[in-house]
Amino acid sequence: MTAPVLDRPGSPAGAPAPRRPTIEWGPALVGAVRKLDPRGLVRQPVVFTVWVGSVFSTVLVLTDPSVFGWLITAWLWLTVLFANAAEAVAEGRGKAQAASLRKARTTTVATMLDGREVAAADLRPGDEVVVVAGQVIPGDGDVVEGIASVDESAVTGESAPVIRESGGDRSAVTGGTTVLSDRIVVRITSKPGETFVDRMIALVEGASRQKTPNEVALNILLSSLTVVFVIAVVTLQPFAIYSGAEQSITVLIALIVCLIPTTIGALLSAIGIAGMDRLVQRNVLAMSGRAVEAAGDVNTLLLDKTGTITLGNRQAASFTPVGDATVADVAEAARLASLADETPEGRSIVVLARDGHGLRERADLPGAEFVPFTAQTRMSGVDLPGGRTLRKGATGAVLAWVRSLDGPVPPQVPEIVDGISAAGGTPLLLAEATGARARVLGVIELKDVVKPGMRERFDELRRMGIRTIMITGDNERTARAIAAEAGVDDVLAEATPEDKLALIAREQEGGRLVAMTGDGTNDAPALAQADVGVAMNTGTSAAKEAGNMVDLDSDPTKLIEIVAIGKQLLITRGSLTTFSIANDLAKYFAILPAMFAGVFPGLDTLNVMRLSSPESAILSAVVFNALIIVALVPLALRGVKYVPGSASQMLQRNLLVYGVGGVVLPFIGIKAIDLLVSLIPGIA
Amino acid sequence: MSATAAGWLQVALLVLALAALHRPLGDWMARIYTSDEHWRVERIAYRAVGVDADSDQRWPSYLRAVLAFSAVGVLLLYGLQRLQSLLPMNNGMAAVEPGSAWNTAISFVTNTNWQGYSGESTMGHLVQMAGLAVQNFTSAAVGLAVMAALVRGFARRGTDRLGNAWVDITRSISRLLLPLAVLATVVLVLGGVVQNLASGTDVSALAGGTQFLPGGPVASQEAIKELGTNGGGFYNANSAHPFEGPTAWISLFQVFLILLVPFSLPRTFGRMVGDRRQGLAILGVMATLATVSLVLVSVFQARAGGAATQLAGGALEGQEVRFGGPLSALFGAATTLTSTGAVNSMHDSYTPAGGMVTLFNMMLGEVAPGGVGSGLYGMLVLAVVAVFVSGLMVGRTPEYLGKKLGRREMTLASLYILTTPAIVLIGTAVAMSTDAGRSSMLNDGPHGLTEVLYAFTSAGNNNGSAFTGLSANTPFYNVALGLAMVFGRFLPIVLVVALAGRLAAQGKAPVTAGTFPTHRPLFAGLLTAVVLVVVGLTYFPVLALGPLAEGLS
Repeated sequence: MTAPVLDRPGSPAGAPAPRRPTIEWGPALVGAVRKLDPRGLVRQPVVFTVWVGSVFSTVLVLTDPSVFGWLITAWLWLTVLFANAAEAVAEGRGKAQAASLRKARTTTVATMLDGREVAAADLRPGDEVVVVAGQVIPGDGDVVEGIASVDESAVTGESAPVIRESGGDRSAVTGGTTVLSDRIVVRITSKPGETFVDRMIALVEGASRQKTPNEVALNILLSSLTVVFVIAVVTLQPFAIYSGAEQSITVLIALIVCLIPTTIGALLSAIGIAGMDRLVQRNVLAMSGRAVEAAGDVNTLLLDKTGTITLGNRQAASFTPVGDATVADVAEAARLASLADETPEGRSIVVLARDGHGLRERADLPGAEFVPFTAQTRMSGVDLPGGRTLRKGATGAVLAWVRSLDGPVPPQVPEIVDGISAAGGTPLLLAEATGARARVLGVIELKDVVKPGMRERFDELRRMGIRTIMITGDNERTARAIAAEAGVDDVLAEATPEDKLALIAREQEGGRLVAMTGDGTNDAPALAQADVGVAMNTGTSAAKEAGNMVDLDSDPTKLIEIVAIGKQLLITRGSLTTFSIANDLAKYFAILPAMFAGVFPGLDTLNVMRLSSPESAILSAVVFNALIIVALVPLALRGVKYVPGSASQMLQRNLLVYGVGGVVLPFIGIKAIDLLVSLIPGIA
Repeated sequence: MSATAAGWLQVALLVLALAALHRPLGDWMARIYTSDEHWRVERIAYRAVGVDADSDQRWPSYLRAVLAFSAVGVLLLYGLQRLQSLLPMNNGMAAVEPGSAWNTAISFVTNTNWQGYSGESTMGHLVQMAGLAVQNFTSAAVGLAVMAALVRGFARRGTDRLGNAWVDITRSISRLLLPLAVLATVVLVLGGVVQNLASGTDVSALAGGTQFLPGGPVASQEAIKELGTNGGGFYNANSAHPFEGPTAWISLFQVFLILLVPFSLPRTFGRMVGDRRQGLAILGVMATLATVSLVLVSVFQARAGGAATQLAGGALEGQEVRFGGPLSALFGAATTLTSTGAVNSMHDSYTPAGGMVTLFNMMLGEVAPGGVGSGLYGMLVLAVVAVFVSGLMVGRTPEYLGKKLGRREMTLASLYILTTPAIVLIGTAVAMSTDAGRSSMLNDGPHGLTEVLYAFTSAGNNNGSAFTGLSANTPFYNVALGLAMVFGRFLPIVLVVALAGRLAAQGKAPVTAGTFPTHRPLFAGLLTAVVLVVVGLTYFPVLALGPLAEGLS
């Protein structure tokens, strides 16, 4: 399981991916050649334009061969190949994962309730199958009978087995996982070929990849720019003829390819695939790319308190004596009453007594009789030999116990108890009885502990423009106190599923996008309503169906990382678009003087890079244009560095790096390539 | 005082006047397009035409109204010219021949006011007043109406209604253009611009012989010519003619009239979308581009090479000595930055670099500040493109004024930035590759290319100024430039109104810390860069063969 990010305070949300991906260039180049089929390329208008140019240029050079013509043609084809390779590299990384998933899917036989054996592929929703220890679960479904430990490592990569049982929120099982113990009856919920694992395979392989809304919009802008540049260059020929400087078609094609936004055009789909892949690496499955993009736009984050914002178990924080008891008395008594209490709260009391008051953790109490907590008594404690009895528990229950033994109720008790509640804690009353006389010893304060680093995290989110709302079943007062401690913006206390749904609808009415996590069946409507609904893998099938992402680690804090990945996806596209267009300036300064300085010597002033010859200048620009694609593949796969901050700061930084950098870099790059290219005979 | 110092004082005066007036005028225009009340005279007009002034139109209906209104304008103007000889007040002029009449009709309806004819020897007073002057008002009103629709698209939420085109057009005339034109006419008449219905007078010239001086309702037409960023002169020499631009003061006043409405519209925009800072950012971009352009023209003109020019204090060829270099440069920059096209000096005679700036001004797409209405809507579409790229860079689905920019919005904006360059470049290429196109050229070499490029740039961007040096009253140019004007005006309008419809239908995304602020200098700078880069990259090759080749040789 990946470590929850929240445990690393101050770490940026877009921290590097857990495993550093390597780029498999070999298979990618094979894939790149396969992708030269124009029917596939039409989907990428910019690359398709380069393809058309390459074909033209090939025909021309075959009819009229020259060193320059061959070199240009070769590099035009390389440009297309590099673009294809970028996509193939991105796709290749999902292939390995898909292969291991396929193995899980090849389950053969399922045993029906009546003992018949049928092929797993023939199972229909509603069928009930029996799975016993050692068998593989044949399809997605819900446990309707029994309890079993299940090894889900085939899907989640997590080797520790999990418990799956009928009823409740831990009933969903995934096809392809293995039952380790016991026997369960599973009601199948998925159609053949549409199981969770099938969808995962399609997803990581990129087979079901559809262009996301922003990607489509960007593609339209890039197509339009491509058309503008094609027109600008095609119409240049009549002007050149008029000026007595007719250009060869090869040179015009080279100019077109250099001007159209090939860099971003080539990397666009790789960026999209890599974005999904980054999610997969974090064990999150997005059912659509749309959801990933929406994650970047989220305005409101609904987070469950327990397990997400707090550690999830209440811990003893202090002992307050009442009446003539001392703190030491309370600590001693609390320890004795909790020694055999194995609940997290009980253990924390012993720990507090040890750490805060020097009392030993372990002690044998011969003859002591422990009284466990029950829902009826709402108390637990110990009956010591010698007639001393200790009880701790809910205020009302303990007070009733004291009164039943004619003990007094000290007047300060309500005050202390209310004070603890107001501060977000839970009071436990501790009382003792010796003989027939009972008295209240003191109050144990249990506190819900906020995870370290949460406040910083929420501050960061706030700077990104995201509001966090804490969802909790606690009462309003307790909830407010924890909210204040954790630094969330708002709380929804005593939340019912209907309240959650209403809250989401209310937020969305104002045009906000809402993200939430959930696992229970009663979360399903809210998960479906939210723009980004992350279901926990441990949750029910209903929840997983309703959400548009599934977190295999079932880590609710993952939502924050998902938001960062969504943003990073868009930032990478925007930055590389800016870079791509900024590059054009240098290319003009390289190519235009090369084309026309012969007729208008004055235009050689524009040759600021002092490139060695017209042929060398044009070739250098084309080579730079092709190589920059390869150079940027790692960036496209990794994503542009994302540092949370205000929109203005981010834009300023990215404009500086990719805008200004995009203007300057090609001047240097083209000049450097020119120095090499000019060594080729027939070019210099 | 040196001519240069006087020139900058003129600019300072102009800036002060615009700074003082853009707020009240901008606020007034915002009221025009948001008020529910109809004036009585407007009601009469609506009743006469049979329009339900209280209906709110969907975008297709709004668009149909604008297009139909313009089409009727073309027919009327064409008819008036063709029937001139049969109509009264024709001052003895014959019917205008069909090619020229079509070109002129298109030209005035599209707010271009390209003039392939010579005013004083072609158009009688009736055509000038009932035809050309009327279109000066209505074409400007159409631009303002389309702008109002787009701004409403940004301001409204969750509706398919954009307002009423008939009301917007009517109010633009009754509440804005007409009152301002009356005021301006009075000033012009006081300043010496002629205003009469005489056909002209014969005077004896000093050198012997007689000269015919045509008169006419010049001042009234002059006012709307500048105010509505039209630019079609009463006389062929336009504002360089002593009756149309008698003094330097009047010439400066004309520049003021040209810039008044376009520079006030950002304020209107800010008002209507409920955030004046947004308007201020747009104004900042327009003002920056305009200032840089003016400085460049002035410097290039003043620093022209050659001993004679330096002795004269700058390039004065083709310029009125009454106005001098600085005022000519100011007028030249203002008229090309605003789609006006009126001239008080001949841009053809500018230095290659100075002339290139006037050309580049038009290539910007007439957005800095551009024509009345059309400048603002053009700039807003470019802002959409700038927001899209910058929005991605901050990691969110781009949104401008709370409107998400998705596939449909970007399709319309992308087509918009594609349209005009395509028209200009294809038009110029066709002219340069045909005999019909080349035979009208009076110059060869790079300068000849620049003249043809200028003509199509002017027509495609609906500016209307001419570089001259091109005999444009030929069947080829009348048709080709006519088409460039029609497509250059109405294709963008179709896209803009459709975009307005898309935007209005959207809700409004709330502003959060993650929203990219579009009212800060950072965005203004980015938008300026986008305008320059998009234009620069598109036209760089052809500019290299035209003015750059000429200037660098």
